[in-house]
Amino acid sequence: MDLSLSDEQKQLQEGVERFVREKYTFENRKKIAASERGWLPENWAQFAELGWLAIPFSEEDGGIGFGPIGTMIVMEQFGKGLVLEPFLPTVVLGGGMIAAAGTAAQKEALLAPMIEGKKQFALAWLERQSRYNLADVSLKATKEGNGWSLSGQKGVVYNAASADDIIVLARTAGSAREEKGLTLFVVDGKAKGITRRDYPTQDAQRASEITFDKVSVGADAVLGTVDGGFPVVEDAVDRAIVALCAEATGCMDAINAATLDYIKTRKQFGVAIGKFQVLQHRMVDCFTNAQEARSMTLMASLKIEDKDAIVRHKAASGAKVQIGKSGKFCGQSAVQMHGGMGVTDELSVSHYFKRLTMIDLMFGNQQHHLTRYSNLAIAA
Amino acid sequence: MDLALKPEHKAFADEVRAFARENLSPATREKTFSGKHYDKADHVVWQQALGKKGWLTYTWPKKFGGPGWDVTQRFLFENVLAEEGAPRIIPFGVKMVGPVIYTFGTDEQKERFLPGIRSSEVAWCQGYSEPGAGSDLASLRTRAVRDGDHYIVNGQKTWTSFAHWGDWIFCLVRTNPDVKPQEGISFLLIDMKTPGVTVRPIIMLDGAHHVNDVFLDNVKVPVANRIGAENEGWTCAKFLLANERLGIAEVPASKRGVRSLRELNDDPALAEKIADVDLQVQALEMSELRALSAMAMGGQPGPEVSTLKVRGSEIQQRIAELAMEAVGEYAAPYQPGMLFHDTNETPVGPDHAPPAAPRYFNMRKTSIYGGSTEVQKNIVSKAILGL
Ligand SMILES: Cc1cc2nc3c(=O)[nH]c(=O)nc-3n(C[C@H](O)[C@H](O)[C@H](O)COP(=O)(O)OP(=O)(O)OC[C@H]3O[C@@H](n4cnc5c(N)ncnc54)[C@H](O)[C@@H]3O)c2cc1C
Ligand SMILES: Cc1cc2nc3c(=O)[nH]c(=O)nc-3n(C[C@H](O)[C@H](O)[C@H](O)COP(=O)(O)OP(=O)(O)OC[C@H]3O[C@@H](n4cnc5c(N)ncnc54)[C@H](O)[C@@H]3O)c2cc1C
Repeated sequence: MDLSLSDEQKQLQEGVERFVREKYTFENRKKIAASERGWLPENWAQFAELGWLAIPFSEEDGGIGFGPIGTMIVMEQFGKGLVLEPFLPTVVLGGGMIAAAGTAAQKEALLAPMIEGKKQFALAWLERQSRYNLADVSLKATKEGNGWSLSGQKGVVYNAASADDIIVLARTAGSAREEKGLTLFVVDGKAKGITRRDYPTQDAQRASEITFDKVSVGADAVLGTVDGGFPVVEDAVDRAIVALCAEATGCMDAINAATLDYIKTRKQFGVAIGKFQVLQHRMVDCFTNAQEARSMTLMASLKIEDKDAIVRHKAASGAKVQIGKSGKFCGQSAVQMHGGMGVTDELSVSHYFKRLTMIDLMFGNQQHHLTRYSNLAIAA
Repeated sequence: MDLALKPEHKAFADEVRAFARENLSPATREKTFSGKHYDKADHVVWQQALGKKGWLTYTWPKKFGGPGWDVTQRFLFENVLAEEGAPRIIPFGVKMVGPVIYTFGTDEQKERFLPGIRSSEVAWCQGYSEPGAGSDLASLRTRAVRDGDHYIVNGQKTWTSFAHWGDWIFCLVRTNPDVKPQEGISFLLIDMKTPGVTVRPIIMLDGAHHVNDVFLDNVKVPVANRIGAENEGWTCAKFLLANERLGIAEVPASKRGVRSLRELNDDPALAEKIADVDLQVQALEMSELRALSAMAMGGQPGPEVSTLKVRGSEIQQRIAELAMEAVGEYAAPYQPGMLFHDTNETPVGPDHAPPAAPRYFNMRKTSIYGGSTEVQKNIVSKAILGL
């Protein structure tokens, strides 16, 4: 067993840390959030140049083979700065699914340009009724000549407005909520028949509601096998969950540091408020929570490529439960210990708090993953 | 002892309900149930209707223009109005400065200020907190220096709720810097139109504007606007805080919150969490009723109101949290248009989605304002437990 970072991994960590320090000051982030896309093309170009977009992929696929630990390192630092560039939808989800299930031709057409920074992706899986259930899909794809025609609706699709291609989870067979009969399609974001309603999210990301009205795609748009899309998307979402957990640990470190600093400097009753034992103990609990979060994230990152699917699913759900719990504790505590300042838009704490809250809601909240973990543990 | 209502109380509840249905604008009511923010007019129109009826100052003694209701009537009044979707009565005039004025003010001050509060023609705000004086209120530094018949006031108030809607602000100011902090404070009423008063908005984490900084720059305030004796403002301040904490538990609104959670939720995992908070609300309500009934026997609210404030804020926060949980991923879209403006747009996601996350964020304030949870617990441990 060895839980320390290699020299290469440390270098990566320092590189991302530097980027965040230089480009993601609180004021800068506000500007980025308010910009046209909600992220900066120049930052994305820098990611490509530094090889960050290649991190999780094998050398065979044109990547640099850092695997899930590489993703963890990047996402953790991104969490510290609340980075807005769409690494998760593009690299972890889109890139991840193409690497896992794509043909050689698809990898060449999609993954290679993505690694060069020339393509972005979005994953459209959620529907109004889905409520965290990945298999609850009713958007239909029907055969049309050699290809397919897609009709239906998807919601809260992160990065849809910037994505060159949208990867759509569609029903090709079976009944609502059945895992069999789901197929993944790679659809041009500007294809005829697509209408989007774009909006910012609570935590300054961008997402969209999308209507697909008889959107035609060729047979080569199928990613993986027809009717066999579910395991691909399930694993991709598990990897995304672990990446999100890493982001959340970064958020927790940052929000804890800001709070610690605040209670050491804010004075009431003639002393720094950090002199009050009730705040000291709460601060200690924040640190303990962040440590547990980091531990579960590391464990999940180490298990997420296990051969046994149950091991992978349990790892992702287990980490997500911990993140939900720790993120809520650190977020609420930070706001509370800042007093009135904590509930304003003016300090970074409320922004970390909002991101941590939204991370809990993404891909299933604490309750959902506790139930999933429990069911998997009983089954195993 | 009996929980059942007497027939005359049932008739009273019917009367209140009929009044609300007749006088509460449907648009205002709709905002309550959809979680939209009220405009100033929503509050004013409603409060003025209550004022005309003589019900706005329902907690006041009869001789100052209250309706002279008993504890049960007040309880029914608050609950029926919450059920009907009425906005809560803005407390600064009715529940805060009004009672200070009729308890500590001169006859002339009572005549001058109470009618405008009873009718809701004058809007008040509370100038207690300062950047350096939050939990440690007595360390406030806004200075009032006597100059003939006036005080010249300089300083900064912060977190002032609804200062941007306010006609008048009641302020704690320092009139003597050379004694123990509590002993050099006076209670002043300041017309917001006086030259030198500037209001700057503070935007909250949910994007809302409720609170403000208020800058006081050489503001000339007549000595006749001081309530109580010079340097004895702390007595008024503490009296007011105890009243503030009593009203702040917001039990009727929480009961409404639990009801709408039940209506929206179809997830069995959530049902038990809702039941749990429902029971918490019941315990709180019963504790509040016990306190009120003890007060009806005579006396002011004691330090135990701090426990009601702590639990009331935790419960409000929990209800908001569960409402967000019920919405799931559709809590993510930020839809300020649906919260702050009249719009014909349809929301992204279910109808109850737009306010869910902003409300959860915003409700974190309840354990901070009106004396933070930590400060309330300090009060209980000192005053009740003798620690
Ligand atoms: C099963 C058991 C086995 C033990 N075995 C051994 C042994 O083998 N050898 C040995 O030497 N001792 C032993 N102890 C004693 C043990 O170390 C003491 O009980 C312990 O240090 C606490 O001291 P106390 O019992 O006097 O409690 P106190 O120190 O009186 O504490 C009472 C309470 O006050 C709290 N408290 C105290 N100070 C503070 C503070 N500054 N801030 C906040 N809270 C505070 C404590 O956390 C506790 O909740 C044992 C005790 C137990 C229960
Ligand atoms: C939405 C909102 C509306 C408000 N409206 C008004 C208004 O209309 N008028 C007005 O005058 N004020 C208003 N306030 C101000 C409010 O009363 C203060 O925010 C509150 O008293 C806390 O002060 P602070 O924000 O300076 O926090 P601080 O006092 O700096 O507290 C920071 C943290 O330290 C803790 N702490 C402080 N002292 C102790 C202690 N002795 N022991 C343990 N912990 C301690 C606190 O509990 C808190 O967690 C409002 C505040 C908010 C958030």
